Amino acid sequence: MKFTLSWLKDHLDTTASLADIVIGLTRIGLEVEGVHNPAEALAGFRIARVLTADRHPQADKLQVLSVDTGDGTPLQVVCGAPNARAGLVGVLGLPGASVPANGMQLKVSAIRGVESNGMMCSSRELDLGDEHDGIIELPDDAPVGTDFAAYAGRDDPVIDVSITPNRQDCMGVRGIARDLAAAGLGTLKPLDAVVAMLPTVDGQGPGPNVRIEDSAGCPAFYAQAVTGVRNGTSPDWLSRRLKAVGQKPISTLVDITNFVMIGLGRPLHVYDRATLSGGLVARRAQPGEEVLALNGKTYALTDTMTVIADDAAVHDIGGIMGGEHSGVSAGTTDVLIECAYFDPDAIARTGQALTLTSDARQRFERGVDPAFLDEGLAIATRLVIALCGGTASGVTRAGQPPVETRTLSYDPALSETLGGLAVAPERQRTILETLGFTVTDDWQVTVPTWRRDVDGPADLVEEVIRIEGIDKVAPVALPRTPGVARPTATAEQKVERRVRRAAAARGLDEAVTWSFISDAEAAPFGGGAWTLANPISADLRVMRPSLLPGLLAAAERNLRRGASSVRLFEIGRRYLSDGEHPTLGLVLAGDKRARGWQAGKAPPFDAFDAKAEALALLAQAGAPVDNLQVFGEAGEAWHPGQSGTLRLGPKTVLAAFGAVHPTVLKAFDLSGAVMAVELFLDAIPAKRGGTGFARPAYAPPALQPVRRDFAFTVPAALSADALVRAVRQADKAAIVSARLFDLFEKDDVRSMAVEVTLQPGDKSFTDADIKAISDKVVAAAAKQGAELRG
Amino acid sequence: MTTELDQLQGHLLTAIGASPSLDALEACRVDALGKQGRVTQLLKTLGAMTPEQRQEQGPAIHGLREAVTAAIASRKAALEQAALDQRLAAERVDLTLPADTAPTGTIHPVSQVMDELAEIFADLGFAVATGPEIETDWHNFTALNIPETHPARAMHDTFYLQQGLDAKAAGEADERATFSLLRTHTSPVQIRTMLNGNPPIRIIAPGRTYRSDSDATHTPMFHQVEGLVIDKGITLGHLKWTLETFLKAFFERDDIVLRLRPSYFPFTEPSAEVDVGYTLQKGKRVIGGSGDDANGGWMEVLGSGMVHPKVIAACGLDPAEWQGFAFGCGIDRLAMLKYGMDDLRAFFDGDIRWLKHYGFSALDVPTLSGGVGA
Repeated sequence: MKFTLSWLKDHLDTTASLADIVIGLTRIGLEVEGVHNPAEALAGFRIARVLTADRHPQADKLQVLSVDTGDGTPLQVVCGAPNARAGLVGVLGLPGASVPANGMQLKVSAIRGVESNGMMCSSRELDLGDEHDGIIELPDDAPVGTDFAAYAGRDDPVIDVSITPNRQDCMGVRGIARDLAAAGLGTLKPLDAVVAMLPTVDGQGPGPNVRIEDSAGCPAFYAQAVTGVRNGTSPDWLSRRLKAVGQKPISTLVDITNFVMIGLGRPLHVYDRATLSGGLVARRAQPGEEVLALNGKTYALTDTMTVIADDAAVHDIGGIMGGEHSGVSAGTTDVLIECAYFDPDAIARTGQALTLTSDARQRFERGVDPAFLDEGLAIATRLVIALCGGTASGVTRAGQPPVETRTLSYDPALSETLGGLAVAPERQRTILETLGFTVTDDWQVTVPTWRRDVDGPADLVEEVIRIEGIDKVAPVALPRTPGVARPTATAEQKVERRVRRAAAARGLDEAVTWSFISDAEAAPFGGGAWTLANPISADLRVMRPSLLPGLLAAAERNLRRGASSVRLFEIGRRYLSDGEHPTLGLVLAGDKRARGWQAGKAPPFDAFDAKAEALALLAQAGAPVDNLQVFGEAGEAWHPGQSGTLRLGPKTVLAAFGAVHPTVLKAFDLSGAVMAVELFLDAIPAKRGGTGFARPAYAPPALQPVRRDFAFTVPAALSADALVRAVRQADKAAIVSARLFDLFEKDDVRSMAVEVTLQPGDKSFTDADIKAISDKVVAAAAKQGAELRG
Repeated sequence: MTTELDQLQGHLLTAIGASPSLDALEACRVDALGKQGRVTQLLKTLGAMTPEQRQEQGPAIHGLREAVTAAIASRKAALEQAALDQRLAAERVDLTLPADTAPTGTIHPVSQVMDELAEIFADLGFAVATGPEIETDWHNFTALNIPETHPARAMHDTFYLQQGLDAKAAGEADERATFSLLRTHTSPVQIRTMLNGNPPIRIIAPGRTYRSDSDATHTPMFHQVEGLVIDKGITLGHLKWTLETFLKAFFERDDIVLRLRPSYFPFTEPSAEVDVGYTLQKGKRVIGGSGDDANGGWMEVLGSGMVHPKVIAACGLDPAEWQGFAFGCGIDRLAMLKYGMDDLRAFFDGDIRWLKHYGFSALDVPTLSGGVGA
């Protein structure tokens, strides 16, 4: 919301400086976003009189002027304007000034050999209008030597404040003035005094024919007609003000509605009665109805929307935007001024449905003052009569605005017990009263009709604190929570932290990628279960079903930028149809290691690198990795022969790992082998809580373990895991571990060597013991089809 | 006889001392001490001697044997040392050759800052809470005193979802709505915390948030941390102290100056936006000092306020008994202010050059004793 200092001073009697006002506004919650004085752009432009005008010796179209700038010594200025002549009073740009229209810096220069000490300016050069056929001609009595900005009324700072959605009352200059008055920066002038210079109007005859059919959407519709108006361009003071605050002057009648809306927060609409057939009605739109709005767009209306229509057509999207057809034009002579109250919720819904914002909607949906219809309409009519002439009709008042008197019981102690600031009750009373509240002796506080946002004691505390100064609230330490400090992170959070730091310690870089991806990226990973209704772009449209698409895309970007080895991981959520699942994803792409003088060529990553990461990180997450089994391929996004899942039992899948399917890689513009892992963090069983911190007693075995190696020839279908598992379980008492340490494959022969560790109990193994265990191992392997190699 | 022994000893010792190799030394040993060795032969003569002769010759011959044995041992040690020295000299390598390196990974600044926040607030007794990112309209808006037609909803640029997940089907205790949008702030975690627990409450809730907004300083996904205190007798003064303490601890500066500006959030009353003072140093904003100082300025860092009585009531608590404060703050922005990144979009690109530059070591775990900054 922009306003000018002079506009503010129409409503606020103040001696405060601009700087004080700006600080005060932010301090009371009307955040100043910018202050701009148009006069600054006109610095160095001064009113000057041409004393003599002689032909330039070297150029037919130029003249050499002698100009009086009020400083005594006339300046010599070269000028090309056809209207430059002795006696003309115009605007001179002095050396050092910069031309508003083009930013050109003026300086003393020689034009065709003649010195020129500035420039006589046209309207267009000063950004004042389109006129550029000649230089500005001011009245003869314009004071030579004074700053043009001040003379032209441009020395009026524009203040831009950000109005929070609760403060509709401050979407009018008068509301801002009221807040500043409460903050001690002046006195609010009575509204009567503000409009005292306008003619009083005593409307004659019946008011225009308006009625309400949709009283829910439009509870009140007041109207007044004025006949015999002349609608031209607005007087300078009006168009200048509107321009200063960013409103384009249109015509006097339209400008008046904008002036009342910005000055008093009261939106209005003016219809050209010549375009209307019959009376106006506030009703619901009928399905299929359309209206061409003043912004040039046609809107299809639905029966949830309130409109203003006549017998023939819809003329106004009620409270949001008027229609093109019935808008006023230069030829308008008879007008109908609408001053209505539209239901804020209905306005918000209609505005959202049409995605149409307007100054009127902004105000109506925040709730304009329901008690200000009569005055608002009267002031608008007086302005019309004053600026456009004409004769006013009586006022028609259809319906009743929902003026509600809200009274709150307030305890002034709340300013301290909630707001943290002790403010004397009498001071609180003054603050509230200056803001328009009425306060009884026993602290029954009546809320002014324009403060729809205030509906509880906490709101009153806010009023008191913001006006008294929130900076006066002293910090008070939070009391320490009683008892011993306990962990503040949950078990899940601790798992995430551990896994995150373990992954980084293992050489992986943590990325954060978008939670939404494209449909195509999601497809190989099961497709997205959740689709944004209003995505920013098709690339960010579905909630990711896996962390891998984002990481693969990041890996591709890194490789394209020249990275030779990419190890990325991310901890975040997957979004499936049953909800969100915390997940760790990681991708290994490019070279596993750089080539080296020791290691030779740079090796690529393989599926066992992925397996190693998966197991190491699962171990950090507290998963029982010794009990996990590798199951078949992980899904269609993976290499069918080089991927798997790690499961705890047949059903609980803790991780998928392996090589990514080449078709998926191609879709991500990746080539070569790329490995990936996904850990399903919420599938990892929580560690059973122990009692206390003490560990079980440490009792190392008394005797040394014994190691024996077994080499088997195995069928091609037998997995290493099946063999090792069988061996390990051959004698559960003696065998503490079994580990595959060699693999030999040639032609049809596959051979595996397993190291078995035997742990003796109280007595050493005898040769017979060892022989018996060995026989069990061989027998168990044989059951799997493995044969001891001779 | 003695002369002969002396001569023999001299001869043998010379030969031992001159042995060029262990093999030659072994030959000397066999020559002197082997079965047929010269010293062995002499020792054998002792048996045939009379006691008188033996008494005379014995010590001399034994002395010879000992001298020769010692000389051999000494020579052997010298030869072995020389061989070792030679081998070691041959084993010299160029240690300026590069050693194998293990890859080093990094922690993303967002994670690091979240850990820092958890640590700072743990000291103040705040637990870490989480909630879903796909939220219900009720939790994200209605319970936070933002009804459907409230203008504040427009400020939120909500991403809506085509699908809905029935709250009851998702195992929610309350069936108030379906999960149908991406949370626009972490504030719904306030609601969930109040619904699921009993006061007193002190939590922070960091996490991903989403708004349909994309330009140089906004990304459609970003990170926020929410803070909530619900207790008896909590005032705006406690809020101010908590925010000051938090920001001082986070930036590890005592000269942090806050400016509270009255503002509006539907779920707090009174509400305040919080600016932190900075000074311009060499064109860069450095947090610290009053923003009103020369070269100073104010930067908005968070929104806050006293929890609105309607919000407390919506969560089933009695606002006459319980009151408290809430605040919300952008984590990405905090990271940028502290660690000097200037482009938010880079946070989500996964560029390993950026991650290695701005990321943190796995061992940079923020602790109170070691400092929460790294």
